[in-house]
Amino acid sequence: MTIATVLLLGAFHGLNPAMGWLFAVARGLQERSRDLLLQSLPVIALGHLASVALVALVVGATGSLVTGRVLSIGGGVVLVGFGLWRLLSTRHFRWVGMRLSLWQLACWSFLMSSAHGAGLMLLPVFTSLHAPGHPGHALTGGLAVAALHTLAMFVVAGVIALVVYEVVGLTVLRRAWFNLDRMWAIALVSAGVITLVQA
Amino acid sequence: MSLWTPDPTFYPSPRDAAGAPAEKLAYVAAFDRSATRPDALAVLDTDATSPTYGEVVGWTDLPNTGDELHHFGWNACSSALCPYAPHPHVERRYLIVPGLRSSRIHIFDTKDRISPELVKVIEAEDLAKRAGYSRPHTVHCGPEGLYLSALGGADGNEGPGGIAILDHTSFEVLGRWEVDRGPQYLAYDFWWHLNHDVLISSEWGTPSMIEDGVVGELLLGRAYGHKLHFWDLRKRRHVQEIDLGDEHQMTLELRPAHDPTHAYGFAGVVTSVADLSASVWLWFREDGRWKADKVISIPAEPADAALLPPVLQPFGAVPPLVTDIDLSVDDQRLYVSCWGTGEIKQYDVSDPAKPVELGSLKIGGIVRQAPHPAQPSLPLRGGPQMVEVSRDGRRVYVTNSLYGAWDDQFYPEGVGAWMAKIDADSFTFDTRFFPHGEAFRGLRPHQVRLQGGDASSDSYCYP
Repeated sequence: MTIATVLLLGAFHGLNPAMGWLFAVARGLQERSRDLLLQSLPVIALGHLASVALVALVVGATGSLVTGRVLSIGGGVVLVGFGLWRLLSTRHFRWVGMRLSLWQLACWSFLMSSAHGAGLMLLPVFTSLHAPGHPGHALTGGLAVAALHTLAMFVVAGVIALVVYEVVGLTVLRRAWFNLDRMWAIALVSAGVITLVQA
Repeated sequence: MSLWTPDPTFYPSPRDAAGAPAEKLAYVAAFDRSATRPDALAVLDTDATSPTYGEVVGWTDLPNTGDELHHFGWNACSSALCPYAPHPHVERRYLIVPGLRSSRIHIFDTKDRISPELVKVIEAEDLAKRAGYSRPHTVHCGPEGLYLSALGGADGNEGPGGIAILDHTSFEVLGRWEVDRGPQYLAYDFWWHLNHDVLISSEWGTPSMIEDGVVGELLLGRAYGHKLHFWDLRKRRHVQEIDLGDEHQMTLELRPAHDPTHAYGFAGVVTSVADLSASVWLWFREDGRWKADKVISIPAEPADAALLPPVLQPFGAVPPLVTDIDLSVDDQRLYVSCWGTGEIKQYDVSDPAKPVELGSLKIGGIVRQAPHPAQPSLPLRGGPQMVEVSRDGRRVYVTNSLYGAWDDQFYPEGVGAWMAKIDADSFTFDTRFFPHGEAFRGLRPHQVRLQGGDASSDSYCYP
């Protein structure tokens, strides 16, 4: 059940054009180079992993200091609040610049994922790993979850990027780019509620 | 309010945008030279199947007088699809309409109505306090905000002019854009090569150099702008300037290629003080440096001094006065307005370094005063000035007023008010589309914006 959730959330993040596959496609199209697209994807995944792993580490470290119940309530409240802010705010991630090195692209992906609360969405999974008396287990478990999640994200983003680049073309964006921001915000609030219920 | 799927007027690539449906409405900035009545946005019916085709079907007065509407733009456009900060579910809905003389910025809602409705006014003091600028001019919708060029400084300072950034949801002025403005002091137009992280800006003059008309001593002293400036769009720093030569006075409109893989564009120069010719320049990158070449030169036409306004009598010739140019979305056609001689020219720019003139239409003009074929007995003053091309490249719209005080100098008997539409394929005037005279209620028409976007409103991040 937990693993399925982790993979599905990874797929959901991979699906979101804002999380990076679209940037990879754009870089490929700009230079007419599939190689550049293929190089960009792992780098984007790396930035995503860093963002999610950071949340896992913070939860792991906090979990070793407070009880599981406090962790869940605290995390759940943060998550519901962040999700509501994402739902109601019209602000969006700001960035200027297309010509990035691979290292800068990883930073972009880290910032993009963090600003959207990609790692926070996994909070119910991270907090549920906190069995009493095994803080070390929770930490490694959290990082494993982050890695598994990112793998799913990477696979889905990669498939979409290649299909769009090679077959369907970007015109599909006009019809198929659903407003994932709202679903995303709703997912954040739901994750927060689940975390609170678990507590 | 955001949408569930992208705004249908956003297109990933210029190729997609060229397949956009025809515009049904055109918005035209119209101003009252006497500044006793409010300026207005006039809305024209451009739907050829409509019974009111070619008529003014909407009208919205501004709340104040003396704004001198000039250029304007959309709150959002196809750049919202750009991959690094995408927000495709905002709506292209609001027109950002600066008053070039008053420095007020007006926000109009165009959704589900024909006559736009005023929803916000940003006062000159806000622009001055937050960005240090006055005389706002060109508006472009960037991926992460609105960019607005301004000709003047704040608190009575003549300059430097520059670019202000506005939030594209609240429309608050966020501040000045430049981190390092380098040597640029005079300002006018700007646009960019988004995928190359490059911004280009051009030069006209400071408020005192333009607001009471062109100043002869300054022009002959070659004091108006004659440079292009290139910037790092990401770092907001000036990178390079190109001096076209100080005889080339007033480098105005900038039209970069829409295809984001290309890094070239066209700049129009109003006049050369050496021979009164006008020119169009191509900028391009070579070995990491920007360069510019003159690719079009349009000579002045000799004329009897008795037929000329005082400002031109010493020269005995009519300068073409190229005051606007526009590049089709497919980057294949360039349109050049000769406001002095009363002519609009169409060029094939498929090889941008070697434009080929395909056609020319004469209408208005200082000496010729050529009529519109819809009313062959009516001599027209003013000339083709602001030129706008539909996204599919099939229709071209022109209006006849340049700028209040300058209209009066070059057309002292009154510039009149008219708008025309040209079929781009046959390059002929549409005789069913000729709003003129009282259609504009005594106001002078300037920039045209087409519903859903046009050739100078949108930038694209995908080829």
